[in-house]
Amino acid sequence: MRVFSALLARELRLAARHGGDTFGALLFFFVAGALFPLAIGPSPAVLANLAPGIVWVCALLSALLPLDRLFGADFEDGSLDQLLLSGLPASLVALAKALSHWLVTGLPLLLAAVPLSIMLRLPSAALPALLAGLLMGTAVLSLLGTACAAIVLGARRGGVLLPVLILPLTTPVLIFGAAAVAGEPRANLLLLGAYLAACLPLCPVAAGAALRGALD
Amino acid sequence: MPPARLLAQSVSVFRGERLVLDRIGLAVPAGGALLLLGPNGSGKSTLLRAAAGLKRLDGGRFLFDGTDDFLGQVAYLGHQDGIKPGLSATENLSFAARISGRPIGPALLALGLAPLADLPARMLSAGQKRRLALARLSVSGAPLWLLDEPTLGVDAATVAAFGGILAAHRESGGLVLAATHLPLPLPDAVELRLG
Repeated sequence: MRVFSALLARELRLAARHGGDTFGALLFFFVAGALFPLAIGPSPAVLANLAPGIVWVCALLSALLPLDRLFGADFEDGSLDQLLLSGLPASLVALAKALSHWLVTGLPLLLAAVPLSIMLRLPSAALPALLAGLLMGTAVLSLLGTACAAIVLGARRGGVLLPVLILPLTTPVLIFGAAAVAGEPRANLLLLGAYLAACLPLCPVAAGAALRGALD
Repeated sequence: MPPARLLAQSVSVFRGERLVLDRIGLAVPAGGALLLLGPNGSGKSTLLRAAAGLKRLDGGRFLFDGTDDFLGQVAYLGHQDGIKPGLSATENLSFAARISGRPIGPALLALGLAPLADLPARMLSAGQKRRLALARLSVSGAPLWLLDEPTLGVDAATVAAFGGILAAHRESGGLVLAATHLPLPLPDAVELRLG
């Protein structure tokens, strides 16, 4: 536990020091979301209809941005060796990475989703369902992203491979998350929660095995 | 002959199709040092990574204090320093220090890095980064040190200072396995020739 918190503190300090990477994902989220009204017109009725989908797709894409550096930088400068020798199992190293990714990407996206959805004229009654979905959805994205980032580690052109690998896996998140806003919230949020419950133990284990393989 | 703390029993490792380590056996007692010698590509680095548990063994096993599960007892220094350019010298060591509970200051002082403690590591020269990586060894508090060309690119004064650190580590019962082409301050180290 002490090692885990030390690793998390290290990750957060690095994220704070490289604020540009962290802030970049958030800025991308806003800019991409703001493009839609320009492209499809300012009609409030159309925008309100599309808002959940826009917010979700933008959140998905911006969560992808920091993923290729999640392990890449540590892999290249030899830090990953040190992390795996810290006494923590590789799967917990991956879990700490996923948690730090969520804290510096997922959580800010969640907060930024409020002004973006207001801008897109989403009815305020739909906001709780959107945020509840995003809360779980961003956590799933961080977990899946960590696993996929570990899998493509060491592969040439890993940065291209990564979205191809992760986007199909995130389709349930997108479907349930957007449907929770547009349709029946309870059932869709429960399904999203079930997906999160499956990812929580499986993704760190897969990522841990992939990390060991990448260093082998 | 004191009892061995680190044992390798017919360790074999493939790299691709090539058998790099063929049934290697070694025994290092508490306070002992083993120098791995051999030409490039003879498997020195592979043996160190295998001992650290970073490389999967294709045969045999390593035992440390009688167990093959000694994750967290190892400090490894590879070709790469594992230094984060964005963090200061102190911050780079703080992860190792938080795990071991050891102070950072004395380690930096011993390697002449104390005046650079608050400087971002990207301002350090290659040799200074290597010194920082050497300082991390003594902060780690791990009993088994695996060193791959530890003094590559550092000056003679640092090698001498590092000799003192190695001696203190061995004095406290620690072990050193080092692969090198340069003379290392490891008195009465046993030599193992690979390849």
